Amino acid sequence: MVSQRRDAAIVGIHEYPLRKAPGVTPLQIKAESAARALADAGLSWKDVDGLYDAQDGAGMSGLSLSEYFGFKPNVIDTTAVGGSSYEFQAAHARRAIAAGKCRVALLTYGSTAASGMVHIGTGGREGGGAPSPQGNMTDPWGVTLIANYAMVAHRHMHQYGTTSEQLARISVATRAHAMRNPEAVKAMTDLLFENIREITVDDVLNSRMVADPLHLLECCMVSDGGGAVVIASPEVARDCRQKPVWIIGTGEATKYVENGGDITVSAAVQSAPPAFGEAGVRPDEIDIGMIYDSFSITVMCLLEDLGFCKKGEGGQFVSEDRLHFQSKLKPHINTDGGGLSSNHPGMRGIFLLIEAARQLRGQSTSQVEGAKLAVAHGNGGQLGGTHTGGTIILARD
Amino acid sequence: MPRPQPRFPEPDTQPFWEATKNHELKYQVCTACSKVVFFPRRHCNHCGSVETEWRTSKGEGTVYTYSVVRLNRHPAFRDLGAYAVAYIDLDEGFRILSNVIGVADPLMDVKIGMRVRVKWEDQESSISLPLFEPA
Repeated sequence: MVSQRRDAAIVGIHEYPLRKAPGVTPLQIKAESAARALADAGLSWKDVDGLYDAQDGAGMSGLSLSEYFGFKPNVIDTTAVGGSSYEFQAAHARRAIAAGKCRVALLTYGSTAASGMVHIGTGGREGGGAPSPQGNMTDPWGVTLIANYAMVAHRHMHQYGTTSEQLARISVATRAHAMRNPEAVKAMTDLLFENIREITVDDVLNSRMVADPLHLLECCMVSDGGGAVVIASPEVARDCRQKPVWIIGTGEATKYVENGGDITVSAAVQSAPPAFGEAGVRPDEIDIGMIYDSFSITVMCLLEDLGFCKKGEGGQFVSEDRLHFQSKLKPHINTDGGGLSSNHPGMRGIFLLIEAARQLRGQSTSQVEGAKLAVAHGNGGQLGGTHTGGTIILARD
Repeated sequence: MPRPQPRFPEPDTQPFWEATKNHELKYQVCTACSKVVFFPRRHCNHCGSVETEWRTSKGEGTVYTYSVVRLNRHPAFRDLGAYAVAYIDLDEGFRILSNVIGVADPLMDVKIGMRVRVKWEDQESSISLPLFEPA
């Protein structure tokens, strides 16, 4: 193994506990989460000198969020690439810290998608905003966000023989983790889920079809929520309250609809190799896979593209004794209950970092014994269209 | 309520939509590197050249993948019943998002790999929408 660089570590985390938070604004969620993540780290408000924001709170976010929080940061980064924004930002924060440009980087997220009745998956494209080439070639045909992912699933089934039963196993394992996480159970309760219990493959297949071949229980929730992550230099991390969770590898990539391209291949094929290469670890060494579960098919494609198995073998891979936190085989995925059953306010990437950090600290509600290595992979945009992939490899001491 | 319409001014896609008024399915080819450019734009996304030429597709192709939408809250689609959205690979080498229509039951009758041809649906806004039906 090549020597791993210890340039920056996650030292503070907070996941906003509510998934239905009427009367609260995204900015308030961000500020409260920031304070709690800093307290978790044993740091204070005035220690923050790097501000990272995915433009979810206000316009000109690098400026307006600095003022709202009351910071005068030395580094501002407003990378907004959808749900993977926080993996991109974690990569950027590590580089800024390694370059000596800041010591304590703060990433925050806040959303009231559920209270605002935002129909993320089934709203279709409204044709709002300024005219754009992409919008003009998409809006008229009524493709919902879910249908975009469903088209990936159909093609995956066609090319590789993948089945709905195999995809359903992802939902089953994730729900099992959610039932062990009180905040996830409260989330499902507050969002009026039916039958809040562990589910079976048959439950998934018998749930109603939303966009063929994706069933309701293969789709993430739409919640309120948010959180914060504090990333610090080794010198700062040494004196923090929590054990550091080191960022040891990063990768960033994009993917589009390409003429003649393979829709089942995601941006992860580009973002994963540099991340694993830099970390000096192989996918089969990873204990915890925090893998963006907007839909079952997202996880299937990402497992393949991250290199956990060969392309097209994801169906077989998830059918073996893995995914669940007590499974014999690695990786154990989405141990917080995922976007499917715990938290998805629109951009889930920050929760991937948060739960990965919990696992490597030994604080998960579905703790994998002896977990040492985690990958957090965010997918932003739409899997069957324009999207980003951000891969972060994390390690404990 | 009509479907969402392409909106203008939008110089990259305007020639594509202008041609639909004559039921012509247009795409671009880069004169520098000979590759197909689609979605339409002023430059070639393969080599950066701004020398592209417009050609007319025969409108025949293959369903690359599809989904049947059961729930779309947008008023134009809400009461449509189940309908098929698909990526169509045109024989000239470009991939377009569209709908597959003209089948008895979209749940059963749309298949990956099926041959389709363009079927124009004229819009009140004077453009025409390329949809696809079994060839």
